[in-house]
Amino acid sequence: MSIDKNSRYRASHEWARKDGARFVAGISDHAQEALGDIVFIELPAIGKTFKQGEAFGVIESVKAASDVYLPMSGTIVAVNDALAGDPAIVNKEPYTGGWLVAFEATEPSEWDSLLTPEAYEAESGKE
Amino acid sequence: MNQTRLHEWHVAAGAKMAPFAGYDMPISYPLGSVEEHLVTRRSVGLFDIDHMGQVEVSGPGADGFVSGLVSAKVLDMKDGDARYSLLLNERGTVIDDLFIYRLPGSWWIVVNASNREEDVAWMNARKPADVTLVDRSDDTYMIAVQGPRAIELLDAVSDAKISAYPRFTSGRATVLGVPCLVGRTGYTGEDGVELFFPADKAEALWTGLLAEGNKRGIETQAIGLAARDSLRFEAGMPLHGHELSQDISPLEAGFKWACDMEKDFTGKAAIEKLAAEGVQRKLVGLEVSGGVPREGYEVQDQSGRTVGKIVAGMFCPTVKKFAANAFVEPGVGKVGTTLAVTIRGKAVPAVVVKRPLYIPAYRR
Repeated sequence: MSIDKNSRYRASHEWARKDGARFVAGISDHAQEALGDIVFIELPAIGKTFKQGEAFGVIESVKAASDVYLPMSGTIVAVNDALAGDPAIVNKEPYTGGWLVAFEATEPSEWDSLLTPEAYEAESGKE
Repeated sequence: MNQTRLHEWHVAAGAKMAPFAGYDMPISYPLGSVEEHLVTRRSVGLFDIDHMGQVEVSGPGADGFVSGLVSAKVLDMKDGDARYSLLLNERGTVIDDLFIYRLPGSWWIVVNASNREEDVAWMNARKPADVTLVDRSDDTYMIAVQGPRAIELLDAVSDAKISAYPRFTSGRATVLGVPCLVGRTGYTGEDGVELFFPADKAEALWTGLLAEGNKRGIETQAIGLAARDSLRFEAGMPLHGHELSQDISPLEAGFKWACDMEKDFTGKAAIEKLAAEGVQRKLVGLEVSGGVPREGYEVQDQSGRTVGKIVAGMFCPTVKKFAANAFVEPGVGKVGTTLAVTIRGKAVPAVVVKRPLYIPAYRR
């Protein structure tokens, strides 16, 4: 299982990373591995606002549909359009090409409430 | 929870395991179920299907007993022939679907793992005194070798020319030193075989076939149940509990062809009655956009009225489409009809399409 050292995590296996003034978010390597082959991804409309921990999209793998939760409160400013044609990018590159959304944080201090890479690694290793 | 004799092998290979029909089975390997599906379509897939059951029927009354028991015509079968059939109850609904082999001196009936106990009890309760019925499931192992290069591999490692077996026949052959009943049958839409052999040879034959395939430059992979499901689905084959069940008539599911109305069999009267009355729903294929259609999702017509329900749905890796099988009112079942499927509370477009999405090798 790989961990992106520049991201912070939720126990529900999403990551967020600072990207200039905004943040990007996706799911962890552990999450994509557990889901198996991803075949469809539903992402929100740009401009939509979510609270921390609110479901912003759905990832459908061969076996099931799973909600994905925004790691911090924010407004969606971009979605990864490449995933519509090839959702399996999330399986191959969960931290890079497989990012899901970019958002403007409405509560930037929530960053501090997220798990550090070390804490997430310890947490997800327990499963 | 039961385990097959390859359980340790699957776990060591990194398979995701999950319960299926009372067995802890490999769902997918690290290759991933989409790629496993595609390997089977382009080369060779190996399937541990030891959970399937086998019942052997023999004795002076066996021919008449089997003929009355199952829906398909069987008395014209020659030694070695293999045929698909249904096991119906008196209500004319489906207890199980079966593959029946006529062997010299006996009938070899392959049943679904989840229905094995019920099938055997049903058969035993109806069997006359001059028929012997033995459940061979525990001492028989079953592996499927499927894909366009499966026969090439089998020919190379058998003492018989498997390529000379016509589709839907079987024969005895020694494969990698293991005596097998080899059926040119399968559940993927590809050419290939299903091997029946003594259970204690499971690991030797499994690892031997993988090694021999790859040594000969024939890409050969272990395939999990998720890909087995998508392969059968694309090829239009039913899975009992979904397209067929004790709540479903063969007439509704499009299996009239598996019922020989010229002979007597359990459930025939109910089928004739339903045929005269007309079915209230029928199985159709749907192509869906905007999400993965899954079992239990409702189907609507263009006015939003519920007209049916999905019994199986998934992403189909070969045709690269999201598709479902659904029972719908006959009036909306015509190919080309525009419908909708409710996915997470939202109606997404669906259209009735011709089944199967992928034409099986034996029909090409």
